[in-house]
Amino acid sequence: MEIPRERLLWLYERMVLIRAFEDRVAQLFAAGKLPGFVHLYAGEEAIAVGVCAHLTDRDFITSTHRGHGHCIAKGVDVRAMMTELYGKATGVCKGKGGSMHIADVDKGMLGANGIVGGGPPIACGAGLTAKTLGTDQVAVYFFGDGAAEQGTTHEAMNLAAIWKLPVVFVCENNLYAESTPWTYHCAAPDIASRAAAYDMPGVLVDGTDVFAVYEAAGEAIARARRGEGPTLLECRAFRYYGHFQGDAVTYRTPEEEASYRQRDPIQRFRQAVLSQGLLGEDELDAVDAAVKDRIEEAVRFAETSPYPPPEECLTDVYVSYPVEQLAFRH
Amino acid sequence: MVVATRVLSYRQAINEALRLEMRRDPTVILMGEDVAGGATVEHVEQEGAWGGPLGVTKSLVSEFGRRRVLDTPISEAAFIGAAVGAAVTGLRPVAELMFVDFFGVCMDQIFNQGAKLRYMFGGKAKVPMVIRTMIGAGFGAAGQHSGCHYSVFAHMPGLKAVAPATPYDAKGLLIAAIRDDDPVLFFEHKMLYDTTGEVPEGDYVVPIGKADVKREGNDVTIVAISRMVHVALEAAARLAADGIDAEVVDLRSLSPLDEETVLRSLAKTRRLVVVDEDNPRCSIAADIAALAVDKGFDSLDAPVKLVTAPHTPVPFSPPLEQYYVPSPERVVAAVRELL
Ligand SMILES: Cc1ncc(C[n+]2csc(CCOP(=O)(O)OP(=O)(O)O)c2C)c(N)n1
Ligand SMILES: [Mg+2]
Repeated sequence: MEIPRERLLWLYERMVLIRAFEDRVAQLFAAGKLPGFVHLYAGEEAIAVGVCAHLTDRDFITSTHRGHGHCIAKGVDVRAMMTELYGKATGVCKGKGGSMHIADVDKGMLGANGIVGGGPPIACGAGLTAKTLGTDQVAVYFFGDGAAEQGTTHEAMNLAAIWKLPVVFVCENNLYAESTPWTYHCAAPDIASRAAAYDMPGVLVDGTDVFAVYEAAGEAIARARRGEGPTLLECRAFRYYGHFQGDAVTYRTPEEEASYRQRDPIQRFRQAVLSQGLLGEDELDAVDAAVKDRIEEAVRFAETSPYPPPEECLTDVYVSYPVEQLAFRH
Repeated sequence: MVVATRVLSYRQAINEALRLEMRRDPTVILMGEDVAGGATVEHVEQEGAWGGPLGVTKSLVSEFGRRRVLDTPISEAAFIGAAVGAAVTGLRPVAELMFVDFFGVCMDQIFNQGAKLRYMFGGKAKVPMVIRTMIGAGFGAAGQHSGCHYSVFAHMPGLKAVAPATPYDAKGLLIAAIRDDDPVLFFEHKMLYDTTGEVPEGDYVVPIGKADVKREGNDVTIVAISRMVHVALEAAARLAADGIDAEVVDLRSLSPLDEETVLRSLAKTRRLVVVDEDNPRCSIAADIAALAVDKGFDSLDAPVKLVTAPHTPVPFSPPLEQYYVPSPERVVAAVRELL
């Protein structure tokens, strides 16, 4: 499969940007700079990037609690993201959503989600809009292996199939849902084969190989754009960090964790493009350096941004009560 | 008989209640996501991995095994519903709905099934189940992991609902909930897990439907629940410094509601402030105000004041979240308006 140079550089730059963002967030969280809790995407970069490479700002995605990678792959500004994680007024959601609800509708990013299985019906809705209005837009639902057991995921797959909605279901099987192995929570030998129940194609993909994801997602998205209905992709990858920052990860052995790095998506990409002479080492290193600067700039911006005023708590809600009434009785 | 007590955390008190009831009654089982954790992972099969996301059910699997401490898939409708089915047919399941905000995923099983079976079946079915669930803001967990939402459940006929504020009440109420023949929602405030207090050894019951006067006073009644009991006590301490003597009533149960204790306190103090972290419309706070007006009107020398969260989702940013949660300052100011 031929991938143009700029596209190759984009794939690399987005993966490195996600990794750098997540590693920096891990440090900032450990240093007590970030409120709440964060679920990091490091190790799974090839999935978001390989899929979103086929999407434009007009296409839609719904995401999960582990949503930073999806945001970055969909083109959400990392500065506004970092600032959101700090809870600052200049964050992409004015500091009101935080890591678990990070979203940017202008970029077609319909939200990380605090509810496992919250996204699939929404992706169907986005697909329904595209179909009803006769556009060629596509909606992608990213979900974990754990979310594969939620009723909404199954109902949405069936709905997308009977209505032939332009929706692609991308399962990110990182082997665990919190501390529970997917082989325990899932009765089937793989998640991709569940597609058969909804009469849609189901494809098992190596989620640490961005080229494999790119190719499989390309087909699924093209099929959706042609109006031929949904596809289920199951991408297998590893989550490097704990479920959330602070998880002691007692359910994995050090050997298991060490084995993950041997299939690191970024290293695999580098090896592939260098050995085939598609990109030069200096080009890749330049991307690394630029990404680093960008992340540091985002952190500086976040640190120096103001918090929202407390009354911001009361805005953007559908039913609002006048502030005078709010002293004690809201 | 003198019963030994020791200082336990709220988390330990809940763990102990589960342990004692599981020892006493082999039909008590636990289920939920990662309540043991690491299912089928060889090196943690015995002792479990997480013991719940905040470690509340830690080590129960070591004693009772995986047949009675069941990790579930992320399928709340299925396993909460299975708890209903198991309860009707002979078990006493304790199911964990990790955060109360997730209730939407499984509400039919709670509300149309669990809550209504006894009634619709003409009294022939019993549904002795408990749903333990975490509530409350304060963790920066944002819009879908920080609500209280207990008022929703108190609104529904057929459900009992309790929300302890102290380790002592947590243990006694959980034991009562497990022994109760009706479905009981047990609300655990996540900001209380590390708070400590005296807890007797052995089993004891705090009756469901009984409020508790946590501080006696004559000038004003402050009714509160869960974490807000501590906010009310802090406010009472500040008021005392100015010579205002507040009584703090901890509701403990939302359903059934101990009207008598609230009305008795109101008859004594003749003034009422309600402190509630839940959203205010159609809430337990509004319900207490209605009770005061309906059955305590002659006792009231001043309007009832409500100190609640605003009618919004919970925001993420720390200063916004702080603004959201009722504070002792706001309680003090509400009391001053009445005097
Ligand atoms: C309805 C619902 N149930 C439970 C949770 C708690 N929870 C958050 S993430 C998670 C595990 C998700 O696993 P998976 O779908 O595999 O995604 P991963 O974390 O591995 O990316 C759970 C149980 C939740 N947020 N929403
Ligand atoms: Mg997973």
